[in-house]
Amino acid sequence: MVAETVGRRQVVGRRPWNTGPPRGHGTKLPWRVVWRRDGVLYLMAVLPVLFLLIFRYGPMLGNVIAFRRFRPGGSIFGEEWVGLLYVDMFINDPTFWHVFGNTVIIGALTLIVGFPLPIVLALLLNEVRKKAFKRAVQSISYLPHFLSVVIVAGMVMQLLSLQGTVNQITEALGGEAVPYLQRPEWFRAIYVGSEVWQTLGWGTILYLAALTTVDASLYEAARIDGANRWRQTWHVTLPGIRPTMITLLILNIGTFLNVGFEKVLLLYSPLTYATGDVISTYLYRVGLVSNNLSYAAAIGLFQACIGLVMVLSANLISRRMTGASLW
Amino acid sequence: MVTQNAMTVSSVAAGAGISVGPRDTRGYRAFTAVNTVVLLVVCAVMLYPFITVVAQSFSSPGAIKAGLVNVWPVGFNLDTYRAVAQNGTFWGAYGNTVLYTFLGTTIAMVLTTTFAYAISKPHLRGRSVLIGLAVFTMFFNGGIVPNYVLISALGMKNTMWAVILPGAISVFNLLVMKAFFENLPRELEEAAQIDGLGWFGIFCRIVLPLSKPVVATMVLFYSVAYWNDWFAAFLYLDKQELFPVTLFLRNLIAGASTTASEGAAVAGTTTAAISANIQAVTMILTIIPILCVYPFVQRYFVSGVMLGSVKG
Repeated sequence: MVAETVGRRQVVGRRPWNTGPPRGHGTKLPWRVVWRRDGVLYLMAVLPVLFLLIFRYGPMLGNVIAFRRFRPGGSIFGEEWVGLLYVDMFINDPTFWHVFGNTVIIGALTLIVGFPLPIVLALLLNEVRKKAFKRAVQSISYLPHFLSVVIVAGMVMQLLSLQGTVNQITEALGGEAVPYLQRPEWFRAIYVGSEVWQTLGWGTILYLAALTTVDASLYEAARIDGANRWRQTWHVTLPGIRPTMITLLILNIGTFLNVGFEKVLLLYSPLTYATGDVISTYLYRVGLVSNNLSYAAAIGLFQACIGLVMVLSANLISRRMTGASLW
Repeated sequence: MVTQNAMTVSSVAAGAGISVGPRDTRGYRAFTAVNTVVLLVVCAVMLYPFITVVAQSFSSPGAIKAGLVNVWPVGFNLDTYRAVAQNGTFWGAYGNTVLYTFLGTTIAMVLTTTFAYAISKPHLRGRSVLIGLAVFTMFFNGGIVPNYVLISALGMKNTMWAVILPGAISVFNLLVMKAFFENLPRELEEAAQIDGLGWFGIFCRIVLPLSKPVVATMVLFYSVAYWNDWFAAFLYLDKQELFPVTLFLRNLIAGASTTASEGAAVAGTTTAAISANIQAVTMILTIIPILCVYPFVQRYFVSGVMLGSVKG
């Protein structure tokens, strides 16, 4: 309704907007004119912006409770300033440093194992000539991506239970059944393995897309120069998908510390805290189970800041070294 | 280096028919065979957990407890399906999931498409501020504690809005959508403008009908996200009658739900064993809707994701 009237008035009143080169580049139009031309666009953005301000920026500001005493039922921004009390608390908390170490190890393992595998799978898929086979493999490998983490955790538990397939194989080979999920030494492997299972196929999509953009004449040229298949892959294909690899690497580094919190929460138990407890699960227990909200907020803020710093520095390094940047 | 020098001769060579590349060598054929085997193994690994769950859902609790069930049901029966189908709590949770998914996806789509359209217009003043406002949230988020405090303060605890609203804009989806709108041919919109259509009219009557692939992809992404979500419900909901099916399943798995023992009473066996096949059936009934829509939207989502990679 609004749009129609504004539109018509515009057409009747002056020249149809936006035909020809957009005015307002270079010369500053007064806001009144901008509003008459684009008011509807701004109105369309109002609700989403309100949403972002309340549900995304609200909690960001809510982090001030890391520096203020918080009383349940009181103001969401806390009661009075306490300075760095809670920061001091976690810096002197050995459990915090323990879970910090766990997070770094799990994050690093996930990155080291989980980052290259989709590239390998994409390269293998790229060599498949039978379209139907390729499509079937793709469809099957994307599937786990669409499962709820609850279901993935359920599957992991069933496969690794004392009656599960893994223990059946162990026993068939003469070994003894192991309650894997109760053994801290297995937790990281279980976490990384299930992560790879769920993300491997989906991770190939962007690489496969990038592979189709590699110039075919480069392969031909390499072939004429006597490059075999392997050398073609090394000298043509991989450089061709390098920008995609770098972009995804930066994004992965940025989320490094946000180790799949929900999956850890579903899979770990007090028996596996030694290796499985990560920053987010620790702050969840401290904050929402034991109700030390300010203390947990301080830890969460620290984690979010590290994440931001990491993504910014990864991006900076990548821009310096390769010219590829997220923005 | 190698490729640069040969660039110039490549077309000549191709014309002369020198394309008997290493693709036809014995080495490459061996590679093809190995590659096929590797990919088949990958498929098997991807599918195995699904197959086991299906097999367990049809197996007798005794066979599962004895560790006999792998890829094929042992002690075939439909009792578990019957027991779950008669469980009112399960269907209540299932209904909640359907409701949350439907409402959540609708709200998310309205917010995402309108915002994406507004910020897809290059001439819009303040556009970079709006984009920055959204993109920043990708790299810095409030964290669960302030979120929890906010949701509590808004009085949304123990209401479905706690589950529905916080997930309503995914910035990744927003950017994919924006890129799609930017790539639409401008002429159509300009023609509509001359015909006197306002922005909103253009958006509804020209842009959205042209955007079916990306809209289908986004509907899939949002509905899968809502369908699969359990953590928001776990955090914010205490009343069982509000639980979505994922939380119901989580409680089943954690053994915290009374339903597990109800199920055990039905079949008259031990809780541990019965819950394995009840879990399996619940998992399958939770996955099925996703499996049903998956083949239809698959062709859309691949193009949708690729679009995001080009411009996102």
